[in-house]
Amino acid sequence: MYSFDMVRPTSVADAVSALGQDEAQALGGGQTLIPTLKQRLAMPSVLVSLSGIEEMKGVCREDNGDLTIGGGTTHATVAAEAAAHYPGLAKLAGGIGDPAVRNRGTIGGSLANNDPSACYPAAALGSGATIVTNTREIAADDYFQGMFTTALEEGEIITSVRFPVPEAAGYAKFEQPASRFALTAVYVAKYADGVRVAVTGASENGVFRWTEAEQALSSNFSPDAVAGLSVPADGMISDLHGTGAYRAHLVGVMTKRAVAAAS
Amino acid sequence: MAEVTMTVNGKSVTKSVKGNTLMTEFLRDELRLTGTHVGCDTSQCGACNIHVNGNLVKACTMFAGEADGAEVSTIEGQANADGSLNVIQQAFQDHHGLQCGFCTPGMVMAAASLLKQNAKPTEAEVRDYLEGNICRCTGYHNIVKAILAASGQDVSGIAAE
Repeated sequence: MYSFDMVRPTSVADAVSALGQDEAQALGGGQTLIPTLKQRLAMPSVLVSLSGIEEMKGVCREDNGDLTIGGGTTHATVAAEAAAHYPGLAKLAGGIGDPAVRNRGTIGGSLANNDPSACYPAAALGSGATIVTNTREIAADDYFQGMFTTALEEGEIITSVRFPVPEAAGYAKFEQPASRFALTAVYVAKYADGVRVAVTGASENGVFRWTEAEQALSSNFSPDAVAGLSVPADGMISDLHGTGAYRAHLVGVMTKRAVAAAS
Repeated sequence: MAEVTMTVNGKSVTKSVKGNTLMTEFLRDELRLTGTHVGCDTSQCGACNIHVNGNLVKACTMFAGEADGAEVSTIEGQANADGSLNVIQQAFQDHHGLQCGFCTPGMVMAAASLLKQNAKPTEAEVRDYLEGNICRCTGYHNIVKAILAASGQDVSGIAAE
């Protein structure tokens, strides 16, 4: 690693101020950023650790039924504390990485990084969640802007994420066994006004909504509803783990499994 | 450099650390607690597993500065007060849950974390929990058997496949 200083503010306001320094970089749980730093792919002058900010932690059911999760909440905490409110989301969180990774990695860190194979982007987009930052609220549909690219401005911090709770939701991940990221994974969520389907791990543009499947599932929420549908292989990730055509095929398979698993 | 204070295996320590000092470096180089192993250094293998505030964490993927104020335990803190092996360590010995031993500290720390959350796990639950721990010697069967035995379950019927 290159050398850098680290500061550990205890409030969002202090973190925002620290991030105003030249070449400052926010540190969530570090489960992606620390390996990146080890490879010298980033050279911050100062890391602003968000792990000491209590106001950014926790899972809270709002009066209107939404579930608000602090940006600094670990995957393990979401898996445990969201289970009673939003089981589909809790199950996704409990399947990220491995137990030790889940004790450090945070929802805000995952969404800010927007890895094209990460799990949380699928849950946020699939739920039509709202990304709340220190300055504004961003709808998930506007937030994800391609591989490792989001609507976040320099120095902007995800303070919380607000999920409308669906009638049922399911996540099916075809896991890349070495990295434990999704080779392809699909999140489906059934709301009163329709079904949302979000695909991660497949597209070169990162997480996306499969609108054709959304329409089919909105009129018939069963695995059979998407039986005749397929996504084109163009623009799908091709690497040594699988071709674009293979991933395109997995999108259909994982969608069916996600619907079957929905609760 | 910044000063950090944490409790490691029950003892309070205060040291000056650089921003990029990892917990593995802090424990091994500063405190000379070399039981926390560095295997992959990419948070895949779990040889560096420790507990931070009671939670299982990969020490290679956490900065020492982030453990300021934390309760940390490492493999060196796992034995009983009289120095004898604790239940999990003894079970690893009894059931031959190791060969070269490199992954063992991380396995024991993961097992302790699992059994704290789930006192009587099934074999599938043990295997699932060990997803982030890699052993290149044993094929895992005896490790799983040792953890089940440490939970007080009868393992006489469990044979290596």
